Amino acid sequence: MVHGAIAERHGTPDQRSGQTAPTGNYAAQGDNLAERTRKKLPIAAIIATIPLMIESVGVYIFGIGLSVYFSFTNTVVFPDYKLVGFKQYERLWSTDVWITAVKNIWIFGILSIIANLVFGYLLAVFMDQRIKQEDLLRTIFLYPFAMSLIVTGLVWQWVLDPNYGLTATMHELGWTSFYFSPLNDANTALYGLVVAGVWQGAGVTMAILLAGLRGVDAEIWKAARVDGIPAWRTYLFIALPMMRGAVATVLVLQCIGVLRIYDIIVSMTGAGPGNATMMPAVYVLQYLSDRQNAAQGMAAATTMLLPVVLVLIAVGLFRLFRRRKVVTL
Amino acid sequence: MAQVQVRDLDISFGALKVLEKLNVTAEDGEFLVLLGPSGCGKSTLLNAIAGLLDINGGQIFIGGKNVTWEEPKDRGIGMVFQSYALYPTMTVEKNLSFGLQVAGVKKDEIRSRVGRAAEILQIEPFLKRKPANLSGGQRQRVAIGRALVRDVEVFLFDEPLSNLDAKLRGELRVEIKRLHQRLKNTVIYVTHDQIEAMTLADRIAIMRNGVIQQLDTPHIIYNKPQNLFVAGFIGSPSMNLLRGQLTTVAGKRVFSAGGLSMPLDRYEFTSGAPDAAPAVLGIRPEHVAIGDDATKMPFAVEGEIEVVEPMGSDTVAWTKVAGQSFTFRCESEVQLHVGQKLKIGFDPARGSLFHEETTNRL
Amino acid sequence: MSAATMDGNVTAATKQPTGPKPKRVTIGRIGLYAFLIISAAFFLIPVYVMLITSLKDMPEILSSNVLTPPLRPTLQPWIDAWLHACTGGDCSGLSPGFLNSVKITVPAVIVSIGISSLTGYALSFWNYKGANFFFGLLIFGAFVPYQVVIYPIIIGLRTVHLFSTLPGIVAVHTIFGMPVLVLLFRNFYAGVPIELFKASRVDGAGFWQTFFYIMLPMSVPITTVALILQVTGIWNDFLFGVIYAGRPNWPMTVQLLNIVKTTQGIPQYDVNMAATIEAAAVPLIIYFVSGRWFVRGIAAGAVKG
Repeated sequence: MVHGAIAERHGTPDQRSGQTAPTGNYAAQGDNLAERTRKKLPIAAIIATIPLMIESVGVYIFGIGLSVYFSFTNTVVFPDYKLVGFKQYERLWSTDVWITAVKNIWIFGILSIIANLVFGYLLAVFMDQRIKQEDLLRTIFLYPFAMSLIVTGLVWQWVLDPNYGLTATMHELGWTSFYFSPLNDANTALYGLVVAGVWQGAGVTMAILLAGLRGVDAEIWKAARVDGIPAWRTYLFIALPMMRGAVATVLVLQCIGVLRIYDIIVSMTGAGPGNATMMPAVYVLQYLSDRQNAAQGMAAATTMLLPVVLVLIAVGLFRLFRRRKVVTL
Repeated sequence: MAQVQVRDLDISFGALKVLEKLNVTAEDGEFLVLLGPSGCGKSTLLNAIAGLLDINGGQIFIGGKNVTWEEPKDRGIGMVFQSYALYPTMTVEKNLSFGLQVAGVKKDEIRSRVGRAAEILQIEPFLKRKPANLSGGQRQRVAIGRALVRDVEVFLFDEPLSNLDAKLRGELRVEIKRLHQRLKNTVIYVTHDQIEAMTLADRIAIMRNGVIQQLDTPHIIYNKPQNLFVAGFIGSPSMNLLRGQLTTVAGKRVFSAGGLSMPLDRYEFTSGAPDAAPAVLGIRPEHVAIGDDATKMPFAVEGEIEVVEPMGSDTVAWTKVAGQSFTFRCESEVQLHVGQKLKIGFDPARGSLFHEETTNRL
Repeated sequence: MSAATMDGNVTAATKQPTGPKPKRVTIGRIGLYAFLIISAAFFLIPVYVMLITSLKDMPEILSSNVLTPPLRPTLQPWIDAWLHACTGGDCSGLSPGFLNSVKITVPAVIVSIGISSLTGYALSFWNYKGANFFFGLLIFGAFVPYQVVIYPIIIGLRTVHLFSTLPGIVAVHTIFGMPVLVLLFRNFYAGVPIELFKASRVDGAGFWQTFFYIMLPMSVPITTVALILQVTGIWNDFLFGVIYAGRPNWPMTVQLLNIVKTTQGIPQYDVNMAATIEAAAVPLIIYFVSGRWFVRGIAAGAVKG
């Protein structure tokens, strides 16, 4: 059997990405001593992480690089390596559909993230009240997570159908002035998407925030009660600020999800009416497959990547700066 | 008047009865300590007085007012917690003023109260800091300050020093005592540390399994424990307990164990004590004399030293009396070694006699 | 207070508070329950709609509204959806898609979890110089919108003749599953006491032995969570399936969309709804059966933050 060498693992796990942890050091849990005891390279570990290496380099360096490269070409279906400068980007930003997509994702993103956070926290707060039916309610709030976004989109499309859905039902029950079919009007279609998005995601947000709430020291609640601080203020001004980690998690998950949005658009609106609910990811795929213009799609995709890279760099710099500040104090 | 009175308190968690028909009173200005091992119900009692726990029966009076159904904020109490429970995202100043602000107290009043508390507790330099930037001792002072600004008559402390290291504990203990002397408010203080209890309390209520074993001044509890549990709980090293027989010989009561006979003629018996019973005699290690001093004692015997524990300030030695383990304390200058034979003596009247079966004081 | 109250007996003021506080139904409590019930209704209505519509036949659907229960419940739409519904030219219902979903999900789950668990173990206990570089790249990859790499992956798969094949889609699911899963496993193993690892080394176990005999059995909780996440994610996937699996291998989600979007005349609401439920059934059942683990899975996925 292959006997690995003495490259022991780190003691305290770095919860952030591994980039900042020192490599090859020996640090037992709790010990502050770090000795270099590495003698040979652990062959087995290297073999075991070959998939990791292939993927990280192949997909995330090579793949992204290729995409960026193609965005400067005229590739339609099969790779064409001749560079044509910024032609695709010029075309991209002069296309109304793309502009709409960018505008839409901002509106949808901000609305749905806020709605999700508020509704999710409200649910978490109410679920924290020691109700007898907590398990049942949690099951109800979370099950949308288990549903495919295609299913979600289809279902909500029917519920919002003016002839058969909620609107029709309300009419039959007598409320003839009731109208809730946002998907049929180009101006309101986005809001219908927000509703479906919140329906899908609020349960997860609630679960994460509830876990965060339960992590707040019990004595804080007692102290607030003795101080005479009403419950809602405690939840909003004391507990929530203490839950930065959970809130950050929710925001990160939401942002990632919003940027990728595709399935639900396809099933719920088909990017319509017209192009009213076009989104960047849909644009990319459309040009990639239907319109057989891969380069244009790559340009769009690269444009999508840009904000992500910028944010990550900003976060990385922020962390680095904060760490240095602590060290010099 | 800031008397705290608990009447016939019943608290159960599901089927588990934690407190049953418990009665205790803290007089105005008194420093009452609730002392006991984990799970004895002392924290439960404190939380019930604070109004943080639902009770199943009984009444609670604070300052003469029946507060059994009142919210904690309306009970006229301030509370200090084991983990300080300071609001971590607020500065010290905000921590102190938040409750007042919510209650609608005027800004000037808030400022003056916060200033007064900060001056008393010497936390003025930290007012703008956040709790994460304070040491443990400083945090605890802020926690006390939060109770102080509420301008209340009754303070409740829930094991406030348990999270601190020994040295800090000693320092803060003195500060708490000084504070009490200055403010003269009623304090109910929960701890499992007998030293804290002995040094701080006007009276101690020792609890076990939800029942108050003894409610007395530290002096009485130390010298006249009411049962075996109290005797063993207070005092470090713990009281020596010799098992034997209480008998009456020629009209005089005597304690016999292992063939030895110890006179009890000057011992203060409780009324109704029997003439004969299986008993346990308790003698504190610090009340034992050795060598020449031992012969002056009403009872003396020779013993052989088995273990010596030098503590620095004094020395504790282990030996056997009547075949049972026996410790005594002496000055650290005294030379002792294992195997040494010397005279050990004590005055049984200064000890405590307990009935072996009922464990009560005789 | 008069002296009479001090002796502990019941006094003339018989309305003295004593014992437990009476529970009054406050407005707060009513509001709480109202909010929760309305929220529950919000979450349940879509499924309710799906269910009852799928149990009605077309005439009844056209004549009633979406919220009334079926007067003449029928399971025919379910059978039609499963066996007869048409997707473009092919009219064999959802069942081929179901089979495909199984054929995709099972290997993809096994491969992705297997590789990720091994990788997490290697990174946690056998960290070698440079490993963190690859790991960092992977984490970066978790944030990258996948649209960026879709085309290069197409090219890559074409090069190895795996495009539009079953192994190809399994590989794709592994690729996109690894960032979260490796993080999950690595963090889990980081929480395992290192003494365990040292003890096995002292016993003479090497890399593979320690993994298979000690770490793997220990990782049942996290593997369960990973299983739930992956089965749900892969079964519900649409995009990767439609791009990489190839027409004969299209999973249920793709079939569902095609069935619904193929409109010839009036949309067959009953069949569409029934098909939707059938497509959603598997992950939903898993969810109801493993509720608690699911919650843990979600919280675990949140560890990334």
